Amino acid sequence: MGFGEYVVARHQQLFADAVQHVSAVFQCMVIATAVGVAIALATYRSAWAGNLAIMSTATVLTIPSLALIGLLIPVVGLGVPPTVIALVLYGLLPVVRNAVVGLRGVDPALVDAAKGIGMSPVARLARVELPLAWPPILTGIRVSTQMLMGIAAIAAYASGPGLGNEIFRGIASLGSANALNQVLAGTLGIVVLALLFDAAYVLLGRLTISGGIRGREH
Amino acid sequence: MGASIELENLSKRYPGNPSPAVDDVSMEIRPGETVVFVGPSGCGKSTTLKMINRLIEPSSGRIRIDDQDVTRIDPVKLRRKVGYAIQSSGLFPHMTVAENIALVPKMVGWSKARVRDRVEEMLDLVGLDPKEFHGRYPRRLSGGQQQRVGVARALAADPPVLLMDEPFGAVDPITRDHLQDELIRLQHELHKTIVFVTHDFDEAIKLGDRIAVLRERSHIAQFDTPEAILTNPADDFVSGFVGAGAALKRLNLTRVRDVGIAGFPTVSVDDPLQTIFDRLRGGPHNELLMLDRRGRPYKWLRRGDLMRAKGSLARAGQLVHDTVTRDATLHDALEAVLIDSSGRVAVTGRRGEYIGVVDMETLMNSVHEMLEADRLTAIEHQHDLEEARHHRTEAELEGGA
Repeated sequence: MGFGEYVVARHQQLFADAVQHVSAVFQCMVIATAVGVAIALATYRSAWAGNLAIMSTATVLTIPSLALIGLLIPVVGLGVPPTVIALVLYGLLPVVRNAVVGLRGVDPALVDAAKGIGMSPVARLARVELPLAWPPILTGIRVSTQMLMGIAAIAAYASGPGLGNEIFRGIASLGSANALNQVLAGTLGIVVLALLFDAAYVLLGRLTISGGIRGREH
Repeated sequence: MGASIELENLSKRYPGNPSPAVDDVSMEIRPGETVVFVGPSGCGKSTTLKMINRLIEPSSGRIRIDDQDVTRIDPVKLRRKVGYAIQSSGLFPHMTVAENIALVPKMVGWSKARVRDRVEEMLDLVGLDPKEFHGRYPRRLSGGQQQRVGVARALAADPPVLLMDEPFGAVDPITRDHLQDELIRLQHELHKTIVFVTHDFDEAIKLGDRIAVLRERSHIAQFDTPEAILTNPADDFVSGFVGAGAALKRLNLTRVRDVGIAGFPTVSVDDPLQTIFDRLRGGPHNELLMLDRRGRPYKWLRRGDLMRAKGSLARAGQLVHDTVTRDATLHDALEAVLIDSSGRVAVTGRRGEYIGVVDMETLMNSVHEMLEADRLTAIEHQHDLEEARHHRTEAELEGGA
């Protein structure tokens, strides 16, 4: 059967996989953003701590994803746990790096002004530093998400959720009637989802980046 | 109304540096007074200022604001009572003009309605149209406008004290001049206690009720009125800082409002031609000032202009090039008078409306009076100093005998 017919015939399965894929990536991104920004906030003020944070998250990224998931299976078992841990770890680097760079890039005169008019340390962070560092942080989140969309496919190796299952099933049965269709459906599905995600981020940027700093270079 | 500020043996030492950045500064600033710290760069004037709102914690010494020791209170609370304006405005780029101004009033817990009214009031106060500027982001303002908003933000919660750290350092000279005039006008209305840091002595003369000339480590070389510093510098360091042309600088100390502003016959652009004719022919003047529809100076009209006008005044007369406000210095007024061919300059109010004129003769007379008065004070001062020295020598002689 042709690719079109295959998609129509399996649309329920494909849709369920796609939903799981998106939901896994989205949830891991939320965790990665929270953890990443927290790491950045804890380290950006000191030169060595900030650099250490960037370097260690960068090191994680050099581990091949298949290997990392493989290493996690004996520790946390199959299914959701290794997927979530791997995705969060990979998602950290762009968020941490952009958050550290963004927070460091806030004009010291503005921080001084914020202090000078009587803002408390928390208010300074929440009302001045984070909003000003938000555009680069959002860019980091965008990059992370794109990356995780692909890496999430590997999670199927550890019986994780998502469109990766489609791809792995196809690869396992290469030569059979629907093998190519399966790989193609999984891959194209991921590409389409990634594009949708990106569109959502553009919208999010419009809604959350103040008009006063939108469109600046970052 | 302003508060008094008292600095008592204030010092700042940085670890690893044997000589203090600020060494044992004591000074009393009276309520409602504008005190300018002036000195070469690196003399610690900015550090001294920042110790007043404890952006820099003093290593030793005490600060009292209205007799309350603020060296120990919560710095965040202290700063909400002390306005702070810095170079290149320090406006938050992600907040609108209104949000920037509303920051401190909101933090100290004003109601929404009160904050909203206050923002309008502050914009009006610094000469920006609230309707136009309310929702703008700082990047869509000129440097001068940003600085105005910066001052508005610093004053929004009505603090008794305003600290200004080279606030006009980053704007062009013309804008700086306007901003200085504005600040003087504001201060006339508000009577805050202002501490202003600059390295520009002319700015210090123009703005300060008293000037503290600082040398390295914030040692006070002289702390006195601008007049006294100009006519009687304490030592070579101060006279070096005053620079050449003290007599000309003296012109910066007197304002147009202090000399006689004379009336001048005016007509409006809406007046019929015949009325204008009659006034020119009938009156003792052979010149008139024509005002535009909003009452602002528009054209100087001479008799000869009317002869050539032939029924329409559209091309007749000389456009008014330059006007001065009542808060402008005599220096500015003299400049304007020298440029204008008629030898006078129109004085305008806050919204540019006509108030009167100042001419060359008035200016010359007041300059002469002013310099004469300065000379007398200087001689008196000299006399006092000599007497004091005389007494001291006598005392020493007696002590030695």
